[in-house]
Amino acid sequence: MAAVTDPPREAPAARRPARPLRNLSAKLASLPMVLTALVVFLGCSLWTVAHSFTSSRLLPRLDWAGLSQYERLWGERRWLVSIGNVALYGALSLVLTLAIGFVLAALLDRKVRGEAAFRTIFLYPFALSFIVTGLAWQWILNPDLGLQRLVRSWGWESFAFDPLNDPRLVIYGLLIAGVWQGSGLVMCIMLAGLRGIDEDVWRAARVDGIPVWKTYTHVVIPMMRPVFVTALVIIAAGIVKVYDLVVAQTSGGPGISSQMPALYVMDKMFLSQNLAQGFAASTMMLVTVAIILIPWAYLEFGGRRRG
Amino acid sequence: MTITRLLASAALVAPLAAPASAIELEVSHWWTSGGEAAAVAKLAEAWEATGNTWLDGAIAGSGGVARPIIISRILGGDPMDAFQFNHGQQAAELVEAGLLLDITDVAEANNWEEVVNPPSLLDACTYEGRVYCAPLNIHSSQWLWLSNAAFEKAGVPVPANWDEFAAAAPALEAAGIQPLAMGQQPWQSNLAFGAMAIAIAGIDAWSAVNIDKDESVVMGPEYTRVFEAAAQAREMMQGSDVQDWNQATAMVINGEAGGQIMGDWAQGEFAVAGQVAGQDYTCLPGLGANAVLDTGGDAFYFPLQDDPEVTAAQKELAALLVSPEVQVSFNLAKGSLPIRGDIDMAAANACMQQGLEILAGGNILPSGDILFSPDTQGQIEDLMVEFWNDTSIAAADAQQRYADIVANAD
Repeated sequence: MAAVTDPPREAPAARRPARPLRNLSAKLASLPMVLTALVVFLGCSLWTVAHSFTSSRLLPRLDWAGLSQYERLWGERRWLVSIGNVALYGALSLVLTLAIGFVLAALLDRKVRGEAAFRTIFLYPFALSFIVTGLAWQWILNPDLGLQRLVRSWGWESFAFDPLNDPRLVIYGLLIAGVWQGSGLVMCIMLAGLRGIDEDVWRAARVDGIPVWKTYTHVVIPMMRPVFVTALVIIAAGIVKVYDLVVAQTSGGPGISSQMPALYVMDKMFLSQNLAQGFAASTMMLVTVAIILIPWAYLEFGGRRRG
Repeated sequence: MTITRLLASAALVAPLAAPASAIELEVSHWWTSGGEAAAVAKLAEAWEATGNTWLDGAIAGSGGVARPIIISRILGGDPMDAFQFNHGQQAAELVEAGLLLDITDVAEANNWEEVVNPPSLLDACTYEGRVYCAPLNIHSSQWLWLSNAAFEKAGVPVPANWDEFAAAAPALEAAGIQPLAMGQQPWQSNLAFGAMAIAIAGIDAWSAVNIDKDESVVMGPEYTRVFEAAAQAREMMQGSDVQDWNQATAMVINGEAGGQIMGDWAQGEFAVAGQVAGQDYTCLPGLGANAVLDTGGDAFYFPLQDDPEVTAAQKELAALLVSPEVQVSFNLAKGSLPIRGDIDMAAANACMQQGLEILAGGNILPSGDILFSPDTQGQIEDLMVEFWNDTSIAAADAQQRYADIVANAD
């Protein structure tokens, strides 16, 4: 499944017109990765897409079943709920992770004392696996063990905070854990970007009397565009394949209110022994990623080549 | 879980050092809890008493984890010598693909057609007239487990059927007791609905839906009552925010909850807690309304092997699993019912005796694993877990969606 959700890895530079024997050693060195990309990413993706048009159950077989898997998929309430969830989770986690990551990085970049300590603390959650993160937050958000009990023990007896057992709030419970884990990495990427801004830019802004916040919004952030793009791709890839966090925190519950597409794919392929249905769902995930990635890649790389 | 894995891998390594005089069979299963492991030990004991070696391949994490592992090993050309599945359609495609050993000769030599009771268990092992698995035990799902202490506290008599239980719910609630405990995993929602369907709709309507897959009966008055009762039960379980079935059982054991709908394996939890059937807890098979049980359970399958000696040993093991001695020792340890009616189970407790009586009376139905493909089972589970946990779904809507699934079932 990772094969279908990963963005294409082909380096754009390899397309440059060149004599075949130029940089031979570099080409030889990149051959294993090129083969991996072709066979594993492209080959397996094509195999998956092809089998999504069959009626494969436990074993893959090539019997043409047309679009029946897709018709069923888009009639399944669980799939529709999953799509809605990943859209909401994705939009919020993208915005929040970027915003929190950038603000933390900007604060650290103001030359605070003990920067290394803060950087380590903020980056630590990223060293945990999603399973551990999910389990820890399941405990923290459990009304009998975590936050609610703590606040009540301080004397606020009527305090109620139980998002994981409320179908309308459960997605925000997942979001807290996801943002907590992802912000540290984004902060580090942003910090590297901020350090790449020439000190002279800041001096010039100060000489011109531009307020600090305006320097950030009008000068620094536009200059950090490639950094933002990197962070965006990393976050987006994490969103599309969000799986273990949900498994550890809610298992998709209560009911089906925190289901995600990746859970649907796994359950259909392995629990329901219906490979083709799982393949159809993962193909839809691939298509979604492609719809977002292709126009972006075109704008990002296509435009630059002409200019 | 890690410890179980360690033990399992240790068990994998240890027998390799032993001299290879006897035939060694690797057996995969997912029985890792205390009572389950004790039951497996009985099988291993019996097998090693024949002079052969049992290589235990326990996979922790229940069937949902174990089945994909077992299947991928068989498909990947590295099959174990025997493995446990729930009998039914789970292994159907492996049989179709010719990956499993035909043990029809064992079945004929040991007269399984006569001794296996109910016969539907042998039918579930049979594909196009050939036998591919050895049934081992029966687990039934239609049980209501009640805490006597909870009802005493609420000041109402312990109910004798589902309707009395539902009527007692307000009194339980007034006494601060959760009326119905239920874990939130999909299979538990489905199990509760299935048990209520047999109890409330009756056997004829249940059979029309589950055996004949007649969706018009789903929309009929009997199933309307089932969905309305389920919507009522949904109110009774509000606030039981546990995940696993044994956490819900623990609520009944501690008297925090009035009752739980769960399979006969819940007995193990009561036994571990030192409670006595009839005194501390009450069991109502068929929810006290229709004393019928479904006959799901476990069966062993034998992947094809090249070595004729191994094949012979596989058949020997198949015969052993169905033999009277193993049936008694294994099922007493597991708390499940034996698959043959001609053996002495006097040592079983009160609830198990009730199950044996129902079995002897022939009041049995095939289980969901036999009637529906894993795919259809998954769809029903998705619907049920949503319905039981989201009070905004009307009973009539869930009924319509259930009818659609039954209409397309396979």
